[in-house]
Amino acid sequence: MGAPDALLAAALGAFLTGAVAGLAAWKRPAAARVAAMACAILGCVLLVAASVGALAFPGGGTWSLPLVTLFPCTVRLDALSAWFTLTLGVLGLAVSVYSFGYLRPMVGERNLGALGFFYNCLLLGVALVFTAANAFFFLTAWEWMAVSAFCLVAFEHEKAKTRRAAIIYLIMSHAGTVMIMAAFLLLAAFTGGTDFAGFHLAASNLPAAAQAAVFVLFFAGFGVKAGIVPLHIWLPDAHPVAPSNVSALMSGIVIKSGIYGMARVFFDFYGPPPLWSGTVVLAVGVVTAVVGVLYALQEHDLKRLLAYHSIENIGIIVMGFGAALMFRTLGYPNLAALAIVGALYHTMNHAIFKGLLFLAAGSVVQSVGTRNMEEMGGLIRRMPGTALYFLVGAVAISGLPPLNGFVSEWLTYQALLAGFGTTHSLTRLMFPIAGALLALTAALAAACFVKAFGIPFLALPRGEAAATAKEAALSMRTGMAILAASCFVLGLGATWVLPAFDPITQQAVGVRISPASIAQGVALQAGTAQSGKVSPAGIALVFLVLAGTAALLVRRRLRHANVTTAPAWDCGLPGLTSDNEYTATAFSKPLRLIFSAFYRPRREIRPEYEVSPYYPSAIRFESGIEPTFEKHFYMPLKDWVFGQARKMRAIQAGSIHAYLAYIFVTLILLLLFGVRQ
Amino acid sequence: MIAVFLTAIGQLVLLLAVAPLVAGVIRTMKARLQTRRGPGILQPYRDLHKLFGKGMVLPQTASWIFSVTPYVVFAATAVAGLMIPMISSKAPLGLFGGVLAVVYLLGLGRFFLALAGLDAGSSFGGLGSSREMTIAALAEPAMMLAVFTVAIGANSTSLSEIARVATATTWHFLAPAQMLAFAAMYVVLIAETGRIPVDNPATHLELTMIHEAMILEYSGPYLGLIEWGASVKQLLLMTLLLNAFLPYGLRSKWSLGGLLVSLVYLLLKLLVLAVSIVLVETTNAKMRLFRVPDLLAMAFTLAALGLVSTFLF
Repeated sequence: MGAPDALLAAALGAFLTGAVAGLAAWKRPAAARVAAMACAILGCVLLVAASVGALAFPGGGTWSLPLVTLFPCTVRLDALSAWFTLTLGVLGLAVSVYSFGYLRPMVGERNLGALGFFYNCLLLGVALVFTAANAFFFLTAWEWMAVSAFCLVAFEHEKAKTRRAAIIYLIMSHAGTVMIMAAFLLLAAFTGGTDFAGFHLAASNLPAAAQAAVFVLFFAGFGVKAGIVPLHIWLPDAHPVAPSNVSALMSGIVIKSGIYGMARVFFDFYGPPPLWSGTVVLAVGVVTAVVGVLYALQEHDLKRLLAYHSIENIGIIVMGFGAALMFRTLGYPNLAALAIVGALYHTMNHAIFKGLLFLAAGSVVQSVGTRNMEEMGGLIRRMPGTALYFLVGAVAISGLPPLNGFVSEWLTYQALLAGFGTTHSLTRLMFPIAGALLALTAALAAACFVKAFGIPFLALPRGEAAATAKEAALSMRTGMAILAASCFVLGLGATWVLPAFDPITQQAVGVRISPASIAQGVALQAGTAQSGKVSPAGIALVFLVLAGTAALLVRRRLRHANVTTAPAWDCGLPGLTSDNEYTATAFSKPLRLIFSAFYRPRREIRPEYEVSPYYPSAIRFESGIEPTFEKHFYMPLKDWVFGQARKMRAIQAGSIHAYLAYIFVTLILLLLFGVRQ
Repeated sequence: MIAVFLTAIGQLVLLLAVAPLVAGVIRTMKARLQTRRGPGILQPYRDLHKLFGKGMVLPQTASWIFSVTPYVVFAATAVAGLMIPMISSKAPLGLFGGVLAVVYLLGLGRFFLALAGLDAGSSFGGLGSSREMTIAALAEPAMMLAVFTVAIGANSTSLSEIARVATATTWHFLAPAQMLAFAAMYVVLIAETGRIPVDNPATHLELTMIHEAMILEYSGPYLGLIEWGASVKQLLLMTLLLNAFLPYGLRSKWSLGGLLVSLVYLLLKLLVLAVSIVLVETTNAKMRLFRVPDLLAMAFTLAALGLVSTFLF
């Protein structure tokens, strides 16, 4: 057991201690807050150290946790696991620091002991999911994580909406678990073991039908957790209703457990899979990205908007996986490695900037008391720090240079572009089309974040609460600052971070690409020396020099000029009030009309009048978009399930004789079955 | 290193100096075609000079975003301008990024401009921001697909490499994929630079404005920076279109005479492109906002056809 493993064990211990401390301080919320969060911070720091160690010195072994169970509780911190635990550590650290200040107003009002308990349980569960090396243990950790997340989502359970969201999450999550379980059982049946080590490349030796079944079951099962379309409907409900620090963890890292599962299956259990699987994954990724961002655009609940963007980013990651699968099958391990690097880098980047955005949104929601963007406005003056951090996150998630979102999207573009040359069949058209739709997604995301930053933070306050909002506490700003700084580090320092992928790609496709191509000095390079290059650090440097020079010259000019502050011109209309401002609904209206075939928007205008409709006393206006997936897929499914259940009620008549007969028949059948064996 | 530095400075000066001229030429030619006298091709320089000499009025409702935006727009556009080959086939900052970086840097400028439009709180600003982001979102996939067609031909997203491959092949332009992608890029150029039929740069009616509506609250040197940035962006996109598809006159070797010849080539090509833009502007009426998606969808289709045509030819 090497040093990284020892650190990992210590981190798991810290999370467990935090959970126990939360339970112990059940009745004393102030103590619970400090103890639970301190343990979480310690655990995350240890986890970061363990992951960095494991990435620097790969090749840690498998070891068991001292738990008494029916199956081996083995843990392995290989390079792929380490990348995810590193993401968990960095995000968890920032969120836990933030939680100190965030939970302070709740002391005495809410059961912080329970929150501290489930919070640490969640961190423990996610860490175990990323490191478990046995199918049974993995599923146990998976359920542990799902149930802790459910309890955290349902934390404000007095609201009916929260309970509903939590239940839908639980149902969907379990539907996913069933699929994963079935896939593992199939795999175990053919390989005769449940250890991940035994599954290595084993899935490809299965008969074609079983191989396809296992692939689809895993993809759909993990897809539920990750939130791929059409299995995403729980996500925009569940993430916003949780406390904001939990939302940050949920959107940042818990959905990434689905991505981890896919990576493990696609690049560890499978050798080169059949070509259709890669095309399916790529297509699903594209659809997920576009649908996610389109729904986000029409959302005016700040946290729901962010949740839909999680779906979008999962789509971008899955696109990378799809491309990597296709390249593997077509025999281009270098390109597969490039696509994997793009996808996994985006996984961490999304965790960082989405965590940041949820934390900033949490500060805003706590301060203003509503999630509705239309009631905010002008917060940049009342909450300058939060506004700055939200802006950093918004620039990063829109994929704009020189921050981290740009780097991972750039890598994905490079992989997709290179894909065109890998085959001569019509499939190759998929790559540039996927690239173009990725461009559409990124541009729509930028439009959405102009809205998400501009409406709440800029212009005039639209309500009393927004006009008197208070800046977030110091610890909350510290937590956000950690993540904002990470956005810069992962963007500007990408050339130094990317060599960390060497052991991962080596393990997954047997190629190390960084020395040859990806990172060369200051500039990233994709593939060969002739293909694209980019240097976020260089761009930032030249940008700063040019902007600085311009600022210097303009300032010098302005020193002698007359600079005055006056009411906004507003094309000559006097008396600008917050009623004149553009709203979020108005901002996204053009896109709603353009994509009306997708949104199927409806609106209802009902004037109330006493004498004549031409003199209305009040006008009721309602507008919305059709929840396509719920209406056309999930509601019929629910009705079908309920219908079947109603039919089955016939055998549940409540007669004791009937039940005795059932038991008798079952016994006979079991005996017959036993004798046959 | 020194050579890169010098070429970067040289190209920066060229960009900043020529951009207002291109804007002036287009404006004057358009006036002549409409039987007006027009302000003369040097008017943009006079405008900039006047703006930079003036004082400023800042809206009291605006935040620091409003003051930072002009610098961001100007610098982002200029950095992007240094990544395209103008007179040498080697872009000065080619090492720092290719065509993807150019597109995304322009996106960075647009992002901040749209925020600044919302910042003052006037409804016209918000209207402009909303429309600008909508049109940009629809133009982006068409542009990317056209760019991909070219990049796939050169097997690289590096603009220097694209220009090199294009120079090496005679009659490169006549390949159907190239022609279709060129047509798509041309439409995108019209949309991105805010020209008729997508937007009217000369309009005085706020309700029909897109780009102008976002910058209504700006005055003085800030307005000057934004206007200058917009003209640099126009020059950049025109040069990108010209040199990715028609790289005639680009030199790969350094010599003073060669550079001068390349410069003349570039200016001639720009003049031809400007004439075509003027013709489009004078022979078309501005479209309704909700017809613009159709135009951009057409551009997307053209670019997609370009890709498909690689199977046939």
